[in-house]
Amino acid sequence: MSTTTLTERSDRSTLFDGLGRYIPIAATIGLLIAMYAGGLANYSNFDNPQLIADLFIGNAALLIIAVGMTFVILSGGIDLSVGSMMAFSTMALAWMTVELGLPAEIAVPVVLVFGTGSGMFTGAVIHYFKVQPFIATLAGLFLYRGLTLQISDRDVSIREIEFFSWGMDRVEFGNVREGGFSLPHISFIAFAVVIIAFIVLHYTRFGRSVYAVGGSEQSALLMGLPTARTKVGVYAVSGFCAALGGVVAAYATRSANPLAGVGLELDAIAAVVIGGTLLTGGSGFVLGTVAGVMVMGMISTIIAFQGNLNSWWARIAVGVLLLAFILLQRFLGRSGEKRKT
Amino acid sequence: MSDEPIVQMAGITKDFTGVRALESVDFTLRPGEIHAIMGENGAGKSTLIKVLTGVHAPDAGRILLDGEPVRFHSPGQAQAAGISTVYQEVNLTDNLSVAENLFAGREPRLGPFINFRAMRRKASALLDQIGIDLNVAAPLSSYSIAMQQLVAIARAVDFEAKVLILDEPTSSLDRDEVEVLMRVMRKLAGDGVAMVFISHFLDQVYEVCDRMTVLRNGKLVGDWDTDALPENELIGHMLGREVETLEAIEHRPDRWPPGDAAPLVSAEGLGRRGSIAPFDLDVREGEVVGLAGLLGSGRTETARLIAGADRHDSGSLSLDGSKLRGHNPRTAAARGIGFCPENRKTEGLVPDLSVAENIVLAMQAARGWARTIPPARRDKLVAEFIAKLDIRPADPHLPVKNLSGGNQQKVLLARWMLLQPRLLILDEPTRGIDVGAKADIQRLVNELSDDGMAVMFISAELDEVTRLSDRIAVLRDREMIDILGAESEMTTERIVDTIVAKGGEQ
Repeated sequence: MSTTTLTERSDRSTLFDGLGRYIPIAATIGLLIAMYAGGLANYSNFDNPQLIADLFIGNAALLIIAVGMTFVILSGGIDLSVGSMMAFSTMALAWMTVELGLPAEIAVPVVLVFGTGSGMFTGAVIHYFKVQPFIATLAGLFLYRGLTLQISDRDVSIREIEFFSWGMDRVEFGNVREGGFSLPHISFIAFAVVIIAFIVLHYTRFGRSVYAVGGSEQSALLMGLPTARTKVGVYAVSGFCAALGGVVAAYATRSANPLAGVGLELDAIAAVVIGGTLLTGGSGFVLGTVAGVMVMGMISTIIAFQGNLNSWWARIAVGVLLLAFILLQRFLGRSGEKRKT
Repeated sequence: MSDEPIVQMAGITKDFTGVRALESVDFTLRPGEIHAIMGENGAGKSTLIKVLTGVHAPDAGRILLDGEPVRFHSPGQAQAAGISTVYQEVNLTDNLSVAENLFAGREPRLGPFINFRAMRRKASALLDQIGIDLNVAAPLSSYSIAMQQLVAIARAVDFEAKVLILDEPTSSLDRDEVEVLMRVMRKLAGDGVAMVFISHFLDQVYEVCDRMTVLRNGKLVGDWDTDALPENELIGHMLGREVETLEAIEHRPDRWPPGDAAPLVSAEGLGRRGSIAPFDLDVREGEVVGLAGLLGSGRTETARLIAGADRHDSGSLSLDGSKLRGHNPRTAAARGIGFCPENRKTEGLVPDLSVAENIVLAMQAARGWARTIPPARRDKLVAEFIAKLDIRPADPHLPVKNLSGGNQQKVLLARWMLLQPRLLILDEPTRGIDVGAKADIQRLVNELSDDGMAVMFISAELDEVTRLSDRIAVLRDREMIDILGAESEMTTERIVDTIVAKGGEQ
């Protein structure tokens, strides 16, 4: 046989292979711990457990939306319509309950179904007409914001609707004054979304198809996976999460602001990326997204504790972090490619 | 081995917008046999495979699977009927685990949830069955391409494939990996799976295949048992010995006896790992140097190193006796080395731009974008070259994509001639073009070298190489094995003998 050895491969163990995909999430969690330790060292009262709990109160809607975004980004797509969809859902709830006098028990499911259906429609447009996800969802961004403002261009209060008082009712863990903390119901909604998303992504065929499509859509198709159903599915999940985010926002503020969630889609994308999910799809974890949301919340918390910095510094910090994480991913991706050749 | 064929293809014809890719080709495959489809680039191998797997619908002919007429409209249908394909590019998702890739879309489940434990157990059993041992929970990306290919094969086997098509599976594998692949292939053949093997490594074909079918120019040359077809005959069948009577382009006597003039371009130990072994080669002014060898022997790789399209990692390249540093396509063009790549559609021409725009592209690039070529001068140059090269239709404003292959090639040539390079490298300039255009291009190469331009000429057609070249570098298995220069050596037989003899030595 005269085929000379063209490439030389070193023997490599399989033990450490595959651990590379945990590096970004490990970096995020390490960062989170470092930030917390830094806060503890520099500020008094930073050890209050309520501080951690608060991350899941102010950011409950963002967390839910970022979970939906994780599905989309894992599949290799992007969804820019979620901020507008959230505002639209809140406004639609207010309009249906206040203006039309519908019971909230009907209005909430209607909004959730609409969000899911609209996501499915977007996904179908993206898949069947081969439209760039960026453009297809950008249309949604404008459309739903416009519809929201069409319903009302000023705040609509839903304080009168009894149903919406449940969301901020708190569950106490220990005595708040003696080292305990409390969480409102909306935080539990967010936790439930995270747990369900985790199970779906890791233990169902749909979830694994999301990873497969994100890894290589062409291969997934040739392997006989239902790529159409998967792609439509991720946008449906994202639409549902955006609508649920709108419901949570209604609980949290008990009013509908037509300009709520402007730019929220970008916060969600930032949280997903900081959480270690590859923007090109196929690699990442929904728990990483939770860490990403916590990092973003922690930045704001530290800046609030510092006191002499204005809140725009949070944006600057997020910008720097995003860049760092994208470069980290690029670096890991490149070393992965090298290994294969 | 049963004699009842599992696949019978008869009279398969396929046209692609005017070009006949397959003409009445027959192909028979029996269970448990490993069958090679041999042929040079453009011979119709892939088209035949794609017709069998439902990627293309044949224009004529019929396909029988197990004696039943079938017509597949998609690879999925073919796969469902038991015809699976493993491509050179592994079509799996390497971000998922080995087990998940094996069972994607049909994972064992408990209720709605995937039963990972059962899936890993089944995956291990499946891999065991074809004789490989992997950590099935590790992501596929942690294994080499060879292992990924074996996983793809295992997946195909588990789909109860009766026919397995392996399309260039070994081109990126090293020797040990090829061994493993071949062991798996023999094992599957023993289990009665029929396999189609496509590879340009002849020794692998001889080692593993029972039969071979040879195609040339979309036509069936014949099929033989491997034992009954010696390697030199096979190469003869693949390349074709019948010399087309291309007007009166005869091989010219040596005008530049070796060692006579100082070399224009000189490669010393030039090489690139994994691409081409180090070689020495001089090209003199006015000399035509042919590169001959089978597909994958390193012809294009040699040209790309000299043209600066690939970076060399050993040896040096000199121009006029001084060593070149920082060699890349841009500096190469500036130094007078022009390169017409093999794939004119994707690497050379801009299909939507007009003939005129394509012709002046390199010249414009050489001048820099700030200094546009005056329109009058441009029109004059373009008209001159259209006339000189006989580009048809002679309309400078026609988009290049509307031209035939031969005329596209002429446009590409015109582009480089405009720059008046000192060395012009032509990689397969005559592939897939009609005889008339071929003759034009050959005549042009003669004219250019008469005017003192050095030319490197690559072609799969040996008679073309021998007719045009002053010297011929012969390549095999990514190594330059000989440089033929004497008048008596310039025959296709001599080239084939050189290739075969070198293969026998190793």
